[in-house]
Amino acid sequence: MDSLANTVQQVFNEPACGKNLTKGDRERKKGCTQALQPGAAAGGCAFDGAKIALQPITDVAHLVHGPIACEGNSWDNRGAKSSGPLLYRTGFTTDINETDVVFGGEKRLFRAIKEILAKYDPPAVFVYQTCVTALIGDDIEALCKAASARFGKPIIPVNAPGFVGSKNLGNKLAGEALLEYVIGTEEPGYTTPYDINIIGEYNLAGELWQVKPLLAELGIRVLACISGDARYHEVASSHRARAAMMVCSKAMINVARKMEERYGIPFFEGSFYGVSDMSEALREIARLLVARDAPADLSARVEVLVAREEARAWARLEAYRPRLQGKRVLLITGGVKSWSVVAALQEIGIEIVGTSVKKSTKEDKERIKNIMGDEAHMIEDMTPREMYKLLKDARADIMLSGGRSQFVALKAKVPWLDINQERHHAYAGYDGMVALVAEIDKALYNPIWGQVRRPAPWDAEGVS
Amino acid sequence: MIASAAIHERAAQPASKACTVNPLKMSQPLGAALAFLGIAGSMPVFHGSQGCTAFGLVLFVRHFRESIPLQTTAMNEVTTILGGGENIEKALLNIHKRAKPAFIGIASTGLTETKGDDVAGDLRVTKGAHPELDMPIVYVSTPDYQGAFQDGWAKAVTAIIESLTAPVATVKGQVTILPGCHVTPGDIAELRAIVIDFGLSPLVLPDLSGSLDGHVPVDFSPTSLGGTTPADIARIGASEAAIAIGEQMRPAARVLAEKTGVPTRIFDRLTGLAATDDFLAYLSALSGRAVPDKYRRERSQLVDAMLDAHFFFGGKRVAIGAEPDLLWALGAWCKDMGCELAAAVTTTESPVLAWLAAEGAHLGDLEDLEAQAFGCDLLITHSHGRQAAQRLGIPFLRMGLPIFDRLGAAHRVIVGYKGTRDLVFEVGNIFLAHGHELRPADADSRVAKDPCHKPATGDVTCAGSCQSHHSIKEA
Repeated sequence: MDSLANTVQQVFNEPACGKNLTKGDRERKKGCTQALQPGAAAGGCAFDGAKIALQPITDVAHLVHGPIACEGNSWDNRGAKSSGPLLYRTGFTTDINETDVVFGGEKRLFRAIKEILAKYDPPAVFVYQTCVTALIGDDIEALCKAASARFGKPIIPVNAPGFVGSKNLGNKLAGEALLEYVIGTEEPGYTTPYDINIIGEYNLAGELWQVKPLLAELGIRVLACISGDARYHEVASSHRARAAMMVCSKAMINVARKMEERYGIPFFEGSFYGVSDMSEALREIARLLVARDAPADLSARVEVLVAREEARAWARLEAYRPRLQGKRVLLITGGVKSWSVVAALQEIGIEIVGTSVKKSTKEDKERIKNIMGDEAHMIEDMTPREMYKLLKDARADIMLSGGRSQFVALKAKVPWLDINQERHHAYAGYDGMVALVAEIDKALYNPIWGQVRRPAPWDAEGVS
Repeated sequence: MIASAAIHERAAQPASKACTVNPLKMSQPLGAALAFLGIAGSMPVFHGSQGCTAFGLVLFVRHFRESIPLQTTAMNEVTTILGGGENIEKALLNIHKRAKPAFIGIASTGLTETKGDDVAGDLRVTKGAHPELDMPIVYVSTPDYQGAFQDGWAKAVTAIIESLTAPVATVKGQVTILPGCHVTPGDIAELRAIVIDFGLSPLVLPDLSGSLDGHVPVDFSPTSLGGTTPADIARIGASEAAIAIGEQMRPAARVLAEKTGVPTRIFDRLTGLAATDDFLAYLSALSGRAVPDKYRRERSQLVDAMLDAHFFFGGKRVAIGAEPDLLWALGAWCKDMGCELAAAVTTTESPVLAWLAAEGAHLGDLEDLEAQAFGCDLLITHSHGRQAAQRLGIPFLRMGLPIFDRLGAAHRVIVGYKGTRDLVFEVGNIFLAHGHELRPADADSRVAKDPCHKPATGDVTCAGSCQSHHSIKEA
């Protein structure tokens, strides 16, 4: 547990995190996870976060060492897509029983790894620690080392048992596992001056594929996406990239920063959401590549592509203006991923009546003020009951949020759109922005709203 | 299909596996939480790390497409080692403050059971120190590393009966129904209607048809939207009789009988003609009333449905992965209709394993089921079977929990004459849609490679994708 405690402390000390730098020493040591309130907590555990971050690696076996709850209750519930291998969607778990709890689960784990290699022959096995097996002292790091030696295959320990903290911490611990055991262990078949890594992008609903064609047109190769639609070999040889983009959230900032330190790969934080952010991301990728000796014409080519795509996107978005002008959106999400989405929505006449700032940094709040004018739009913490009341009072025409608050909107008979990780539609890139607006339009103009809000004619009370 | 062939060879001795592949099973606390969700104004709580709750919540939300009240004591590394009494106290106070539930159900998890927390003791201390916590609080021990979902449900219902019922003067005509976890909100509504039609007044524990039947409440509620009220639970001892549905409910029925003296009757299944006949005969005897005309007609419709449909069921090979009582209900019904139960995989120990021994029913996972379902005409299991069905290339019927990629899971009805009739049609239609039309090549015995050709039996019925399996079957 000592080494895990150290890793957790290290991760909390992330020097590249702007939010972290504004904290004092003591505050920083406490870490970036909010203290969990018994009886009032929401959200996943560190194991959940680690699995979210790594499961998109499609060709490896993801083996969960623990009781049935950790995998049995959660498998195949994440929307990361694969262009090839499907092994990542197979649920593997040691499903430990009472005997294992008493005598230790290491033997079962070792046999499980052996079985997986024999039956499925993956390029690597990722072994996830969980609370119970951590508590009984199963040493997955030592075991994975022994198994790697014995079987001649990388067996990667992911030491992020649920009880060490939140989902976000789990993301980072997963990153540590990659840095420690995977990245830099293989070499790419060949390299080009246009090789980049995309870090913290999980290819949910296939969003990576909305971006890849644009990069391909510019001759830019994604050496590794960590970890959306990735193959083990790509991640293992990702240290040869010339530049990296860290996508949106700071979930894997430790990976980006340490790859810069260890391998000299410069990175920037960007987003594929929204028209201007997408363009900015392409420009920044080009800038970093050119700075590292890619042909200088790349930047000019980016500008040509950006001009063409932006014009096309705005023309398509403009078509929605007459239908969406003046519509009021309530935006509830864990720290808005991209301000450029908000800007694009406003550009075509949509009004943002409120946005949650619970997880936003000071800078974020400044940006909101700039974009939306006044502070009244910022919602610090809204209970579901307040959300329901706001919607019931028709103070918004539609709510965009994560699945958790879906039924708050629907039970208030207000249109709702999923913008979190369980979503089924891909919203990245220029096409993605158009797709998002198209979905908002579809939701708002569905003819059911008039019907479901009308009380039964035989019911004076209007009880539905 | 080559992948399937490989899998077919792989899973020879499932019993000796160290690694569960594609779990069929879910953990005990989840089953307990669902039982608690059948109590009105309820807030279930997992005593464990917050992830346990988050996973359970997501699973139920995807299945029911409803908000799910489910809280956590948010245990971390330190509190686990020091003991969770303080977290339980904080959780109860927070929940009371924020949600004002009328009932709280606490289920332990693998984490806190491994540590060995004395939750019952912690609860006594907390309740003693905080008189404002005056709602019923029921605790059930459900380590994740024992049993399965169904066991957690059964234990939670037993715990509710143990802590909240007492002998009360009998009320004539009142009947308690104790549904197993496989009985859907739709099933419960149907059973209630049947019981009422005999002039009896049913009291269901737990009653998911009140909380998770997918309705639009008039106002926001942070707790369950309906279900058995604590007042109802107190009246359960006044019933003339109790009906338990599924073998899993035997311990709950026994405790109820011991505590309140209410005679109990266990129906191992309510799907199928004979099973429903027994149920209605029992209700008729209990109420002293003849079976209402409505059900005579429904029975007649079911008989007619069986006559019309049996052509398509006979000899079909069906593979089922489900929790024991659902496996029994569906498996026995499939056999009623002339199907062969070619594979039966389940999650936890139960008497039904012995009943289905001839079919080779055993504890296992979806990898086992997939291997055994090879060449079958139908795969029945929860939504996690979708990948296997695709690889096998056979029709897939989603049954059980979770069903996250189809609508209306809560409203599926497979009990009673009408429920069985509709199931006959649904499954019959699947067989019809995947029937195989005879082609010239089928009759030509020289076409050795034709996958559907079985000269010995002359059987030309096969699933639409039989081409892909045939070479394996023959080999």
